[in-house]
Amino acid sequence: MTGRGLVLLALAGLLLAVAPLVGDRYVVSVLTTVLWFAYVGQAWNVMMGFSGLLSLGHTLYVGLGAYVSAALFVHYGVGPWAGMVPAMLVAVAVGTFIGFLGFRFGVKGVHFSLLTIAFAEVARIGFDHIQWLGGSGGFFLPVEAGVSDPLNLRGSPLLFYYVILALVVGALALSRVLLHSRLGYQWLAVREEPEAAEAVGVDLFRARMTAVAVSSALTALGGVFQAFYFNNLFPEQVFSMGRSIEIILPAIVGGIGTLIGPILGAFILTPLGEALTFVLEESGFDLPGLKQLFYGVALVVIVVFRPEGVWPWLARRLRLVRQPGEGA
Amino acid sequence: MPIDYYLNIAASGLLTGLVYGLAALGLSVIFGVVRVVNFAHGEMMVAGMYGAVLLAGFLGLDPLLSAPIVAVLLFGCGWVLQRGLVNKFVERPEHMQFILLLGIASILVNAMLMMFGPDARNVSVPYSFDTVEVGPLLLDAVRLRAGAAAIVVAAALFAFFRFSRTGKAIRACADNPLGARVVGLNIDGLYALTFGIGAAVVGIAGALMSLLVDARPQLAPEYTLLSFIIVIVGGLGSLPGALLGGMLIGVSEALAGFLLMPSLKSLFSYAVLIVVLLLRPQGLLGKRS
Repeated sequence: MTGRGLVLLALAGLLLAVAPLVGDRYVVSVLTTVLWFAYVGQAWNVMMGFSGLLSLGHTLYVGLGAYVSAALFVHYGVGPWAGMVPAMLVAVAVGTFIGFLGFRFGVKGVHFSLLTIAFAEVARIGFDHIQWLGGSGGFFLPVEAGVSDPLNLRGSPLLFYYVILALVVGALALSRVLLHSRLGYQWLAVREEPEAAEAVGVDLFRARMTAVAVSSALTALGGVFQAFYFNNLFPEQVFSMGRSIEIILPAIVGGIGTLIGPILGAFILTPLGEALTFVLEESGFDLPGLKQLFYGVALVVIVVFRPEGVWPWLARRLRLVRQPGEGA
Repeated sequence: MPIDYYLNIAASGLLTGLVYGLAALGLSVIFGVVRVVNFAHGEMMVAGMYGAVLLAGFLGLDPLLSAPIVAVLLFGCGWVLQRGLVNKFVERPEHMQFILLLGIASILVNAMLMMFGPDARNVSVPYSFDTVEVGPLLLDAVRLRAGAAAIVVAAALFAFFRFSRTGKAIRACADNPLGARVVGLNIDGLYALTFGIGAAVVGIAGALMSLLVDARPQLAPEYTLLSFIIVIVGGLGSLPGALLGGMLIGVSEALAGFLLMPSLKSLFSYAVLIVVLLLRPQGLLGKRS
């Protein structure tokens, strides 16, 4: 990044840190949604953006993280700060199992993406039938008004806002560190030219498996947050394919494979959706499906006109990142 | 006789599976030639279902008769879609094609939701509740006709690709796009034609399906996934494989719905998919790439 880019990034971070002090409850709740999508998009980006593995069933890991931590809390009284560890472990176990199936047997490209969808669908149908977790009727966390218990992630919207902000900053920092590590360079090599990467000694299987593991673990954390923020889980929502698409949109719009892209994409899409809902409600023209139709149009427009995403284009225009050949 | 019972269920699953197979055939044709995965496939199928529902409602047409009309309409849509949008993406990375077609799928399904609402719409024909006795089996007349029509359309499609000059040209495109271009074939035109054919085929499958299932927009993603499963189980790019996969999935769905729980039937299809991916990733009739 250029100096200008770093200053802007620091400014944006500062703005987000003080936003709840100036904004009202509505602003905080919208920003929490934005940051959640930014975080999960960042986690998905590790697989797709860095390693070229297109997961179209990523909500599977969100759902697993959510259900594991919620079950531990409701049935055994284990709080989310401890519960997030088994939540991540379960997601990593399932993720690496899918990865193992895929990479060992040479399931590539389209087939791998479909395998990820298939497992998310299996989870959706399966969780519908697990009565211990509420089945299709939904699984609910106890909600008590006015309780402030940060140790169990129970409390005001402000608490959740700062938790998700910390997660986004953490994921951004981790992505940045990983991308400039030995592993990160291996991922990029595997993404660009698997054969060439293998020829220079990169273990394709291991590189891909670590990408899946990191991505599924991070995504599961997003699920833990979701469970304790919304306090209800329905398999039809949590594991639906539509949800999988929804959580990868910000990263696609912002720029796949970039560090800032998923965050920028979330800041574009969620407020746009909010504004659209507002306009539709005010005008009394709120047909079911219109909002999703709009998302579909946005997707097509973005991929036709800005296929590499908004961030790379914006960064070039505003000189936020160094251009090739510009030097330090 | 319980064995008759199972045979009956398997046979009606087989007939439904033929319609599934026809839908998957459309997907397979598009993927095999244009090399683009049509994520809007189930949406096109449900559009075909609504086409049949509307034609039955306004003109009183039997879906078997309205299928050709639906086919022509969807051919046009597919052709325009390929010419206007998808063709630009043929050379682009896979994930961008996915995203483009996911966007189109979202537009289609939500447009249908807005036009027709979430409630199920059905077609009634005079023979809706008739049954036909075939040996020890007792089959629904609608299922029998839908299955037979699916076989006829599939046979016509095979004949087209096998014997007609255009069909051969399309196969040449699929085998070697560069070579096809070198010998003077109009690749872009053939791609548009292929996408149109694929859309027409899935439209017909939708029209036939309207005899068996009530049309709802929510069916669209399910049918997209189902078509994918069938194509992978049968073997990507293999046309007979798609039909075979459709029958296999149809039978396993019917038996699972009966033996376990109706809500678990699609779980069974995914299980079949995962087993096939493990044991034979190229699919039942596919060739190793």
